[in-house]
Formats: sequence, C-alpha cells, structure tokens
Amino acid sequence: MSETTTTTTAAAHAARGSHGRATRPGMLRIGASRIAYEIKGYFRSPDAVFFTFLFPIIMLGIFTAAFSAAGDIQPGPGAEGISVGAYYLPGMLAAGMLLSGVQNLAVDIATEKGDGTLKRLGGTPLSPVSYFLGKIGQVFVTAVLQAGLLLLVSATLFGIALPATTDAWLTFAWVFVLGVATSALLGIALSALPRSGKSATAVVIPIVLVLQFISGVYLRFNILPEWMQNLASVFPLKWMAQGMRAAFLPDDFKVLEQNQEWDLGWVAIALVAWLVIGLVISRLTFRWIRRDA
Amino acid sequence: MDMTASGTDAAVRIRGLRKTYGGVAAVDGIDLDIARGETFALLGPNGAGKSTTVEILEGYRLRTAGEVSVLGIDPAHGDLDWKARLGIVLQSATESGVYTVREQLTHFGRFFADPRDVDEVIAAVGLQEKAGTRISKLSGGQRRRVDVALGIIGRPELLFLDEPTTGFDPEARREFWNLIRGLKAEGTTILLTTHYLDEAAQLGDRAGIILGGRLVDVGGVDELGGREARVPIVRWRDRSGVTREVRTEAPAELVASVARELGGEPAGLEVIRPSLEDIYLQLVRAAEAETRDDEEALA
Repeated sequence: MSETTTTTTAAAHAARGSHGRATRPGMLRIGASRIAYEIKGYFRSPDAVFFTFLFPIIMLGIFTAAFSAAGDIQPGPGAEGISVGAYYLPGMLAAGMLLSGVQNLAVDIATEKGDGTLKRLGGTPLSPVSYFLGKIGQVFVTAVLQAGLLLLVSATLFGIALPATTDAWLTFAWVFVLGVATSALLGIALSALPRSGKSATAVVIPIVLVLQFISGVYLRFNILPEWMQNLASVFPLKWMAQGMRAAFLPDDFKVLEQNQEWDLGWVAIALVAWLVIGLVISRLTFRWIRRDA
Repeated sequence: MDMTASGTDAAVRIRGLRKTYGGVAAVDGIDLDIARGETFALLGPNGAGKSTTVEILEGYRLRTAGEVSVLGIDPAHGDLDWKARLGIVLQSATESGVYTVREQLTHFGRFFADPRDVDEVIAAVGLQEKAGTRISKLSGGQRRRVDVALGIIGRPELLFLDEPTTGFDPEARREFWNLIRGLKAEGTTILLTTHYLDEAAQLGDRAGIILGGRLVDVGGVDELGGREARVPIVRWRDRSGVTREVRTEAPAELVASVARELGGEPAGLEVIRPSLEDIYLQLVRAAEAETRDDEEALA
C-alpha cells in the first residue's frame, strides 16, 4: 500500500522478534473488547431482545394484570398475604437468569457454529478464552440490566414492595451472581446439542420452557405434585427460583417450600454443582468447527 | 514433472498429503511447494479435493498422512501466533451481520499486533460508501468484499482466498484483482482457489490442477498443460463449406497459404490460442476418460 505501511510492518516485525510474539494484545484485553462487541450484537438482534431480555418483564406484566382480581397469596390460612405480582417477581428474576444465560448462549453459539461465525473466528488469533469472556461478560451485563429493569418496573408500574433489609439484598446478590454464572456455562454446554444453527431454537427453547413450568416460575411451586417437585430439584432453575424467593418473599413464606425452609445451603450446592457440570461439558465439547465431520 | 519450487524458504511445503474419509481418499498423495511471495492458483472441479487440501493447510482439518508445513509450522499444531500470520477468506459465510463494516473490521483488527488501518482497508475493497452500513444490508458481492477485508486486516504473510470473487460484477472483479496485485507487490504469499480460469490466469504466478485428489499438473499459468496443449488452432471453411481445423505453431503462415489456395478470404476464419480454460477443460476430460478406462479395465 504506502511507504508508511511498509515501515510500520518492518518496525512491528522487529518488535515481535522472530517468533511473532510480544505485541499481540493479551487474552483479557481482547476479551474486554469482545464483551462490548457481544453486547452491541445482542441489543441489535430483535429475537434476543424480545425472547430473552424483555420476556420476564412481559410475563410479570401479564401475571399482574391477569390475576389482579384474584386477591393476595398467603403462606397459610389467616396469615398476611402479598400480591400476585410480588409472589411471582422472584420466579421471573430466576427465569431472566436462565434465559439470559442458557437460552441466549445455547441459541447464540449454536447459530454461530451454523452460520460460519465460529469458523471465521477459528481462523484468527482470537483465543477461545477471549471468546468465552465475551459471551459470559455479555450474559452478566444483559442479566444485570434485565434484573434492574424488572425491579424498576415492579416497584414503579406494578406497585410491588421491594425488600428493605441488607440481608435480603445480599441473598439476592449471591444467588444472582452464582445463578447467572451457572446459566452462562450451561448455555455454552447446551450449544453443543443442536445439530445445526437452524434447529437451535427448536432444540433449546422447549428445554428451557419445560424447566420454567416445573421449577416454580409460572406455576406456584408448592401446588405442583411431589414427583414434579423432585424432578425439578435435579435441575438448577428450581434452586435459582428458591434462592430468589428467600430474598424477596416475607420469611413466613418459607413454610411453602419443600422442607418448610429456604435451604440456602442447598441452593448454593446445587448451583455450584451445575456450574462445574457446565464448565466440564463446555471444556470437553467446544470446537471452533467440527474438525473432522 | 517437477511439482516443487526450489529453496527452503517455501511458505507452504506439502509432501505425500493424504486425507481419507471412511477409506475413500479425498486427497490422494499431493506434493507441492509454494514459495514466499508467490501467488498460486489451485484449480479443479468440485469434489476434486481442493477445499480439503486448503482446509488442511489452514488448520481446519487433520490429515491422514503426509507432511505439511505452513510458514514453517505444522498446521495441525498451529498456535495463535501462527494464526496471526495467516489471512483466511473462506467460502460463503452467512453471519447475521448486525455490525457495520467499520465496526467489524475494527473489532477483528484488535486480534492482531499490527493491523492495517481500517479506513485504508475499506478503501482498498471499495466499500467507503458502505463503511457505516450493517453487513446484513449489503449485497452478496459487497459482503464478499467484507470477507476479503477481514482476511487482510491483520497484515497476513500468507493469504488464503477460497472462491473470492463469486457474486462480483465484472467491474468489481477487476478492482479486486488490482487489490490482490497490490498485496502481492507488498510480498504477501497468496493461495487462491477459484472456478474462474481467467482469474487464475490474471493473478497466478503458477497454477496447479487437482483431479481426483491428485495434483495432475503444476506450472506457470502460461505453461500449464505443456507446449502441445497451447498450440494455436486455425479454423476455416473450405470451398465445399466443410469446417477445417488445424493445429499449428505457425498460424500466420497457414492462414496465408489457405488464402492463396482459396484465392481470397477464407470463410469463417479463426485463429484460436487455447486459453487456460481450454487447457483446463482438456485436462479434466482426459482425466475423466482415463478413470473410465481404468474402471472398464477393472470390470
């Protein structure tokens, strides 16, 4: 191209030395730029914005409107109740975590595998570590925005009282961070399942939807049959929802849980276990391309 | 036939390359050297083993047997530093394209130590007016130019171009060829696979033809097929209206003698110098005939 180009090339070669090392940006720096790039891409995809970002907010709106005349939900006869909206808010927060992580990344990465995005990236010096930092960073940022918006809308539009104690917010914080991390890794793991980019939504959405129905997001967990409660307990969403109920519902409501306790210890154990499972599967299954299909 | 370029400074060195899928050989013993700074065109029909060979060189596929070295590294063990020295333009990518041309190039440039200037690259592929447009809104040919731009943003030492001008209009192809000549002048080694024989003739220093997983011919783009295949053809109609065709190294002499004999302008006179495309098609047909003979001999 120009003379200056030639000079800079020579200078860069000299800086790099004979092995081409040294000046290529580090994995973390590229990872940070991936996060910004992924977030921009997320908000430019109408599907992602509607079905993962806004979905819990819309669902809470529908529940609040549909059951507004049904009266309060009480933990027991004669006890003080809370509005339907207030009861369902923790479940919607948990659903948001699941959608932002599992549904978003499983569909996103499977699609990228199908449309050639991953193949192209695999031909560049992008480290898979930077790629996943970008994905997980995108999940965290969008999940935080989603939860923030959900809480804001709940407090303002739906008139739901938010917790006033530091303890409740601390519980919310750790359940949220652990739940989102687990969700993100399970999303990466699940992206290996669809055989093509086109089938991604058809494979992923039913799984996520069924989980939401059996884990106490759309249906009150305590009215589900015991076998369904036990089945749901195998999967992480039930524990995210339970953790969120512990943070957001009055303490009396713990009698509606399976053990009449919030069982936050079990919430942590279940989520960490799924985090490790997600990590191991992701590590074992991820390839830029199916190298020898 | 000497299929190898001289020197130890080869950008690509292939010896006895084989790739089998379930016992069937897609690549069946290829030897090839591509020198640094050279533009090599790899030709061949679909399914001949072209893409498999190139994808082995790019590190996307693992070989079954043979030795391969790309920029001094075995592609099966190429690390990120090695990838930073390559530029890969794959066949048709269909990404959702939610980023603008400039955003995409800026982002990909960040992966490299010393990327080219984004605006310079956008200008080089002729997309200045589309720099702020989302890739999904571009035409097929324009998207292809983005692919090429992404392939060169990292200032590669070796550029792989797989069917780069599919979907280009004639003018865009000419512009693209100029871009490639510019890269070549900078010393970039280029491995081009293409269906357009005129493209190979325009850009290639040498070309190779792959048929049935084997490299059946390698040579300068003006030597391929040997002298015999390049002998000009003179064609005319004689007095009785029958088309005559003669291959000769001295077409002018022949035309003059035919004109003398006929006592005037020969009807339907043509002097044809076989193009790379003609030679390529001859080779493909010859190879197909050979396979048929082999099959008949076996049967």
